[in-house]
Amino acid sequence: MTRVTRRYRFAASHRLDSAQFSAEENRALYGKCNNPYGHGHDYVLEVSVLGPIDARFGQVVNIAALDRLVNEQILRDFDHRYLNVDVREFQELIPTSENILRVIEDRLRENWPREWPRLEAIGLRETARNSFELKAS
Amino acid sequence: MRLTRRAEFSASHVCAHPSLAPEQNRELYGAAANPNGHGHNYVLEVTLDGEPDPVTGMIFDLQRLKEIINAAIIEPMDHRFLNYEVPPFDKVVPTAENVAAEIWRRLAPSFEGSPARLQNVRLYETEDLYVDYTGEHQ
Repeated sequence: MTRVTRRYRFAASHRLDSAQFSAEENRALYGKCNNPYGHGHDYVLEVSVLGPIDARFGQVVNIAALDRLVNEQILRDFDHRYLNVDVREFQELIPTSENILRVIEDRLRENWPREWPRLEAIGLRETARNSFELKAS
Repeated sequence: MRLTRRAEFSASHVCAHPSLAPEQNRELYGAAANPNGHGHNYVLEVTLDGEPDPVTGMIFDLQRLKEIINAAIIEPMDHRFLNYEVPPFDKVVPTAENVAAEIWRRLAPSFEGSPARLQNVRLYETEDLYVDYTGEHQ
């Protein structure tokens, strides 16, 4: 099996604040990420696809088609946006990197062509120091 | 324990299947199908899996690993046009997947009978596209 990983970038702002906690509790929990007007990151997204190399084309997945899917489902909605306000899922859900990964997985899975090999993992780098990876279920 | 060594080579390629029409190749491979080729600075990461030898403290001799990678991969592929100069890419489309698999095939014999196992070949075609190949057995 061969794993192909494609890297994408989007710039977005977010704010971590939970309605279940008081202002002080949110402050203690999320620190600077709780500052009232939000802040931004240059996110790096990695999408990994696992499958055999299709002998006809020498590819696991058509990269141009994968780019189209990720552009349409993720980047178009996320890039240069305030996630909490502009992306519907985060009106209910706190846009931590963990939750962003879950939302990205759901969106990709719902639109993943049936004939494609398996979506294997999704990685998200929020800053050079914080990276997250989700093994797709 | 795993050990990863990185190496680089620069090469050109064309991704187009001879049995397909130019429009189909363009649809499949995009700009990579342009007939006269184009190049990349490939970055190769070779990962070995094993336990450090109790005497030497090493999974595998790094100098030896460097020589293996140089002889099997860098020497034949660096500053070459893969389709014309590096078999089997006269017959096989040199996608990142196929180049990674070929690198595995060329490296694997050097680790047969060695306590260190060739565990992964990662090939970056660009910073934004890489392939991990772990052999045909899986």
